[in-house]
Amino acid sequence: MEYIIIIIGAVFVNNIVLAQFLGICPYLGVSAKVSTSIGMSGAVMFVMTLATLVTFLIFNYILVPFNIEYLQTISYILVVASLVQMVEIILKKVSPALYQALGIFLPLIVTNCAILGVTILAVREDFGFNLLEGVVFAIGNALGFALTIILFAGIREHLELVDVPKGMRGAPAALVVAGILALAFMGFANLV
Amino acid sequence: MGQLQNFTKGFVKDNPVFVLLLGLCPALGVTTSAFNGLGMGLATTFVLVSSNIVVSLIKNLIPAKVRIPSYIVVIASFVTITDLVMEAYMPALFESLGLFIPLIVVNCLVMGRAEAFASKNNTWSAIVDGFGMGLGFSFALTMLGGLREILGAGEIFGWSLFAGDGMLVFVLAPGAFIGLGYLVALNNIVKERLERR
Amino acid sequence: MVLTLMIVAATASFTLATVYNLTKEPILRAREATRQEAIGMVLPGFDELRAMSFMPPTGSDSLEFNLAFKDGAFIGVAVGTYTGMGYSGRIRAMVGLSPDGKIIDVVHLEHAETPGLGDKIEKGKSDWSDQFQGFDPGEQVLRVRQDGGDIDGITAATITARAYCDAIDRAYQTFKKHHSDIINKKTE
Repeated sequence: MEYIIIIIGAVFVNNIVLAQFLGICPYLGVSAKVSTSIGMSGAVMFVMTLATLVTFLIFNYILVPFNIEYLQTISYILVVASLVQMVEIILKKVSPALYQALGIFLPLIVTNCAILGVTILAVREDFGFNLLEGVVFAIGNALGFALTIILFAGIREHLELVDVPKGMRGAPAALVVAGILALAFMGFANLV
Repeated sequence: MGQLQNFTKGFVKDNPVFVLLLGLCPALGVTTSAFNGLGMGLATTFVLVSSNIVVSLIKNLIPAKVRIPSYIVVIASFVTITDLVMEAYMPALFESLGLFIPLIVVNCLVMGRAEAFASKNNTWSAIVDGFGMGLGFSFALTMLGGLREILGAGEIFGWSLFAGDGMLVFVLAPGAFIGLGYLVALNNIVKERLERR
Repeated sequence: MVLTLMIVAATASFTLATVYNLTKEPILRAREATRQEAIGMVLPGFDELRAMSFMPPTGSDSLEFNLAFKDGAFIGVAVGTYTGMGYSGRIRAMVGLSPDGKIIDVVHLEHAETPGLGDKIEKGKSDWSDQFQGFDPGEQVLRVRQDGGDIDGITAATITARAYCDAIDRAYQTFKKHHSDIINKKTE
């Protein structure tokens, strides 16, 4: 039951993109087509879950025992960067089909602040997550990211056909649409 | 390109937020007030200038293959320094910026300037570029923070402009997206006017 | 190549360790200053503080009790309390209680509630939290009106208001439970 609450909270209530403002770059960058946004979501889910698992262990079994929590940022970003590299190499060897689908999105993920943000949030004292809850939290956030980016891509495909005033074309119109989507998500505010 | 142009390009023509659409997460996340926007902008400027200096100094010592990891380490170090110094001397600002301070490390703007500019130019140009881009970023964040604060709370830098609560939606998440959308559109128009002249 | 990377990483770690050691003191001092300021805000003038800690009836962490004295007389206690019911993350607050258990004042220490909605618990943002001044949890019900209590909620931020009441109630319940300990220790 607790896991379901964590997931619902992460997907709807504290949506990572629309309420926490993490992962905005890919959210605007790769949401022009539904198919690419699905690919990006898959890659994010893969890396986010794995990265949270690894950084959770590093934080609790290396950084905390040695009292070097201030190295959190630097060690986390290195973990995320090397993890992405490793996933890329392994995927290329093991599953060329999956690599074809996710490959081009993997390098972009290193600078996706959603990944680093979630790994930092997952070890926050006040949540008091254990390892499994942390991983579930990561999956929930990845699902939230997937839901919003795919929804958004669907809207943007339609937006292409609309006659928008010149200055508003492209990014400005997309941002206003994202704002309206965020407004809709506020309706979930008291869900859990 | 002259140093002056190198400096001013970050404000309108190549503004990191309005034109290049980089660093949008902090731009949307912390700009509930002009002061927070300015604070975040200056913190990012510090990291940007410092990492630009170091990267331009060590660019010839680093083999191409480990270039990116080395830059990440340099940037992450300066971010952690900012984090610690802010917690020590500006605890209130530190608390309101929260998670977005460590996230400066994945701000595409910082990595982008290190990789695209500082690794190819001399230290002096890299400093000017860092300040130009950083202040352009601060300018954008302060504008967005100011817009949201004026419309949402009826205040600017905490000074009350009119009575009442204002349009609350601008302080909340949707207002960030909508406000930024209109500012980008405004910048598009200004940029076009400037180029036509 | 590997050597270069190791040198870079070693230099970075060394720099960070230095900065960490330089800022450790000021960070602790800044935190202590916030705490002292909060105690000063929720208690009337005192000339001596004595710190104790008690486990609350519910919740995992102990609460910090700062007993305040003036000319040797016990005039109240500032309780550092918390709640996990906040909208995003833990809320911490400092609650001032008079010796008979009435609330003197409440001030927040830390929260991550939504700007514009939940942050009305901050004293600087709204006068919402002023309604706790003089509130007597023994006579009135320390819950928001929606839950049948005597506290006005915050429009569009019921969760935050409910959580803040929970934090204050945790302080009061702990005070009540350990009342004799607190009273007895006061003249030691």
